[in-house]
Amino acid sequence: MNAWHNIKTIAKRELSAYFDSPVAYVFLVIFLLLAGVFTFTFGGFFERGEASLASFFGWLPWLFLFLVPAVGMRLWAEERRGGTIELLLTLPITPWQAILGKFFASWIFLGIALALTFPIWLTVNALGYPDNGVIAGGYIGAMLLAGAYLAVTSMTSAMTRNQVISFIVAVVLCMLLILVGFVPITDLLARYLSTSGVEAVASFGVLTHFDGFQKGVLDSRNVLFFLSIMIFALFVTAVLVRNRRKN
Amino acid sequence: MIKVEHVTKHFGPKRAVDDVSFTVERGEVLGFLGPNGAGKSTTMRMITGFIPVEAGTISVCGADVMSDPIAAKRRIGYLPESAPSYSEMTVMGFLNWIAEMRALDGDAKKKAVHRAIELCSLDSVIYQSIDTLSKGFRHRTCLAQAILHDPDVLIMDEPTDGLDPNQKHEVRNLIRRMSENKAIIFSTHILEEVEAACTRAIIIDHGRVVANGAPAELKRRSERDGTVLLTVVGANAEAVTGALARLPEVERSEVVAGDAGHATVRAFPKAGAVTGALAAVVARGLAPTGWTIDGLHTEEGRLDDVFRALTRPDTARRAA
Repeated sequence: MNAWHNIKTIAKRELSAYFDSPVAYVFLVIFLLLAGVFTFTFGGFFERGEASLASFFGWLPWLFLFLVPAVGMRLWAEERRGGTIELLLTLPITPWQAILGKFFASWIFLGIALALTFPIWLTVNALGYPDNGVIAGGYIGAMLLAGAYLAVTSMTSAMTRNQVISFIVAVVLCMLLILVGFVPITDLLARYLSTSGVEAVASFGVLTHFDGFQKGVLDSRNVLFFLSIMIFALFVTAVLVRNRRKN
Repeated sequence: MIKVEHVTKHFGPKRAVDDVSFTVERGEVLGFLGPNGAGKSTTMRMITGFIPVEAGTISVCGADVMSDPIAAKRRIGYLPESAPSYSEMTVMGFLNWIAEMRALDGDAKKKAVHRAIELCSLDSVIYQSIDTLSKGFRHRTCLAQAILHDPDVLIMDEPTDGLDPNQKHEVRNLIRRMSENKAIIFSTHILEEVEAACTRAIIIDHGRVVANGAPAELKRRSERDGTVLLTVVGANAEAVTGALARLPEVERSEVVAGDAGHATVRAFPKAGAVTGALAAVVARGLAPTGWTIDGLHTEEGRLDDVFRALTRPDTARRAA
């Protein structure tokens, strides 16, 4: 009860911090523009000739690769640079409440961004009869994917007081999570590793797990995969926040 | 209310705080003095729970800061060194948020925020965003944050740093006003501040407490304490020091300023003499010479001297 109150209060402040600056609006506009361009131009939305959002969800892991770190890079780096971390961590809260409050705020912000892609959904419903269950699955997967990238960004943000460094390291780590399951890379690995070895490496890839959601399958293993990335990365965040308190 | 016992903290191989112990009771204002890097901020950060305690124990109002940090933090108001605050928020928004984080709501929250605004004279800027404020206002916003929940323990790291003389005066008054029912610790580099606002002072150097006592008591440790400053017209400096040397109560004397027919000399009392007794002795002793005594007064010890004597970098303590 008390913990929830603290998490909520922190999340509320964090979320309004996004909208207090123009950065949030710039971000939303860029995200929606790029989502549109990728879906309709590169994704071949019309050429596909099918009523689905496959062309939208297919590009999302790559789009999120840059946009999620951009949203999350300030989470801890800014607190450390401005010295407000000293204020935050001497309030009567646990570090975990601060970590979760910040994480949820950014996650909600990304949820808002995703929700604003609804015109694409309207378009596909106007043009044909898509399976809206599959689309819902895709959105759930997209939220989990965003959460996983965000947790990784939260971790890199806690490593440094420099937002740019936090952004770059987050992009690199998230890129690794994509590449280990990316077909050209797995083909390359197949030359050196046994099939089970390649599968083991690829199972850490977000693409493999995101695929299931795109097909409308809510496999608990895929859900668990994204949740475990989040929990692991947030746990490392907690360790970093604890150990990085000296100056 | 604040109990610090044998606290030690290393940063890498450097011993930042070395076996520090002290207590602060309700109604006390403790001034924390020491050169930069002596361990003042580190000690305060350990009390507020920002940095974990490595060895030793700290308790605040009976709650151990390591095993029961939330209970301890509830009782503490803290003004960090650079007075940080969320710059994109308005003063009102920031204080409201702090109140919510301090589990205040409804009327209690409103009252607490208004009280803090009033005490810190922030009325004129409450709807401005913090990054548009002058340094003095930003500083007081953070101070308002620290006293918002009327804490039993108030810890302030250089609360007057960067303020103009009027603002410094205001903050000092605020500290004095609040001291009745709180235990207050503040660090400062301004020694007059200690005399003006503190009931007790601790001098810390290389992580160790080198002095702990009331400001007046510390001043008495100065070698200047009880000396007599004497200005004579119609005699040269050598003659005056010569005359003083003949007085058995005078340990030694030194020339402060002197030219023909005019001399200012300081006379040091013998160790163990009653403070303030030397002036009369000197006046009586010089009466037969017929010189005109232009000025004669007993000097008070200066905190400045004590501070420098205790924290000089070349003291042997460093090697120990």
